[in-house]
Amino acid sequence: MTTGVWLLRRILQAVLVVLAMSVIVFVGMHFVGSPVDVLLSQESTLEDRERLIRDLGLDQPIWIQYVNFLVSALHGEMGRSFVYNTPAVTLILQRLPATLELAFAALILAVVIGVPLGLFAGLKPNNPLARLITTGSILGFSLPTFWVGLLLIMVFSVQMGLLPASGRGETVRFLGAEWSFPTLDGLRHLILPAINLSLFKVSMVIRLTRSGVREVVALDYVKFARAKGLSPLRIVRMHILRNTMIPLVTVLGLELGSTIAFAVVTESIFAWPGAGKLILDSINALDRPVVVAYLLVVVTLFVTINLIVDILYRILDPRVRIGGGAR
Amino acid sequence: MSVIAPEAPPQSPLVDKLRAFFRSPLAVLGLVMALGFGLVAVLAPWIAPQNPYDLMQIDVMDARLPPGAENFAGDMVYAMGTDGQGRDLLSAIMYGLRTSLTVGIGSALIAGAVGTLLGLIAAYAGGSVDALLMRLVDLIMALPSILVALLMLAAFGRGVGNVVLVLVLMEWAYYARSARGQALVESQRDYVEAARGLGLGSARILIRHILPNCLPPLIVIGTLQIARAITLEATLSFLGLGVPVTQPSLGLLVSNGFQYMLSGDYWISFFPGLTLLCAIVSINLIADRLREVFDPRALT
Repeated sequence: MTTGVWLLRRILQAVLVVLAMSVIVFVGMHFVGSPVDVLLSQESTLEDRERLIRDLGLDQPIWIQYVNFLVSALHGEMGRSFVYNTPAVTLILQRLPATLELAFAALILAVVIGVPLGLFAGLKPNNPLARLITTGSILGFSLPTFWVGLLLIMVFSVQMGLLPASGRGETVRFLGAEWSFPTLDGLRHLILPAINLSLFKVSMVIRLTRSGVREVVALDYVKFARAKGLSPLRIVRMHILRNTMIPLVTVLGLELGSTIAFAVVTESIFAWPGAGKLILDSINALDRPVVVAYLLVVVTLFVTINLIVDILYRILDPRVRIGGGAR
Repeated sequence: MSVIAPEAPPQSPLVDKLRAFFRSPLAVLGLVMALGFGLVAVLAPWIAPQNPYDLMQIDVMDARLPPGAENFAGDMVYAMGTDGQGRDLLSAIMYGLRTSLTVGIGSALIAGAVGTLLGLIAAYAGGSVDALLMRLVDLIMALPSILVALLMLAAFGRGVGNVVLVLVLMEWAYYARSARGQALVESQRDYVEAARGLGLGSARILIRHILPNCLPPLIVIGTLQIARAITLEATLSFLGLGVPVTQPSLGLLVSNGFQYMLSGDYWISFFPGLTLLCAIVSINLIADRLREVFDPRALT
């Protein structure tokens, strides 16, 4: 398959995923019930009700309603929040930086903790500590995120009183959004939620690095480097790490999307005012436009990230291009 | 031609795999733990100290007692303490385990059956049926599972049946992809050719000949998916969108204890969460070993 055809197919696939999600969201919202009951006051008459139904286009056949929904969504119009009375998309975009900050902090933690541990476990597979790390990564896969979040709050906030349990703390404004990490107070607020969100990814990075290292160590060029008398440190840095990085970076890129999605849980525990907390509040308040806008914005983000990572992977690793594009 | 030595009788590959499985002490530990949890869940109504959802048996005077405290009447001990309504936490956990395991195992079995069947059909039918089913699989795998689950439960409402339905909708794709891939490999083998030569029907060949040979990777996926389903159910219930309060799972029990935890009554959230963790670890230990025992390269 040539790169052009592949790229075209891949983009088409991404568009299809977003379209499918829009159908799921549209149908799902239909199940939730008509927004008319939420919008109308108790004293309104039957004529008010019928006018509202006409105004909202709810008297049209369902497929026309879907097309209307899609057209306005493409224009970035997904209605106003019933609760905040601001455009839903604006609301999401205001809250998204907090979620992105949390997701990136979690991924950075996963790399900083996971790569050295995985490297060690891969280089010395029979060392008891390495076995402990490998077994521990199964534990990491199994930990329920929400429960660990509660434990972190209980230990570090309630009992030791070291770190705050909720909110973002002091923020600094730049690039048109508020950020917690530049201030000490903000950083203190960021630590616990970031650790919580990173747990699963740490285990994943350990396992990926370990299996990658074990594969590369056995290859001829590493043996040759060792025979040349290069120092072990140099072999690890120049020859082993570099070659395990490509799959690792790819998977981490693909995980960014799911980290943003799973931030819903962490944000609700730590009252982190990101988009995930917003969607949960909106589901509970039946704030339909916000739910719709969030799901479409996040899925579009998710799909775009995956598309970019796939393209980068193809550029970085020529074997994929020859092999036919499978991950 | 190979000669079989008389002192080594030919063994079925299944026995070999089982032997290999039991050679790992961690996997055996996982299996013992999982069986233990299963037993507790099945026997909960008979072995739990009280029925935690029978209002006659709980006493509000006993609310928020720490682990090891005696009840107000002085005739039983709360080994894990009590919750905000004076419910024995140990009993609540045993009943919660029932809900969690039912949802996890139930959804994995249904998704496994549906996914395997669709995967086999895709492989055997080929052409447009195959293309359509596999695009659907790609699509489901490309969506963030937690968000789709949140949306569906917001739409359908909470309930054990709805959670199982949502989990099945999210999970069948994993089985379908694996079953299809495996079936495509198997259908090239000589024994399938031989079965066709004998004039056997497609359905019979698929189910009696191809399916048994596709099972090993599906069993590994199934084990992993049970753990995944239990986690996802617990998370959804924790967020208030999963099982109803009348049938609390472990996740909902953790959620109920959240408010008390901040005032220092750690046990109401701690023990249900610990039970959940141990249950998931035991299943993951089994899955990890199964993956090593069966061909590790056939899986992602």
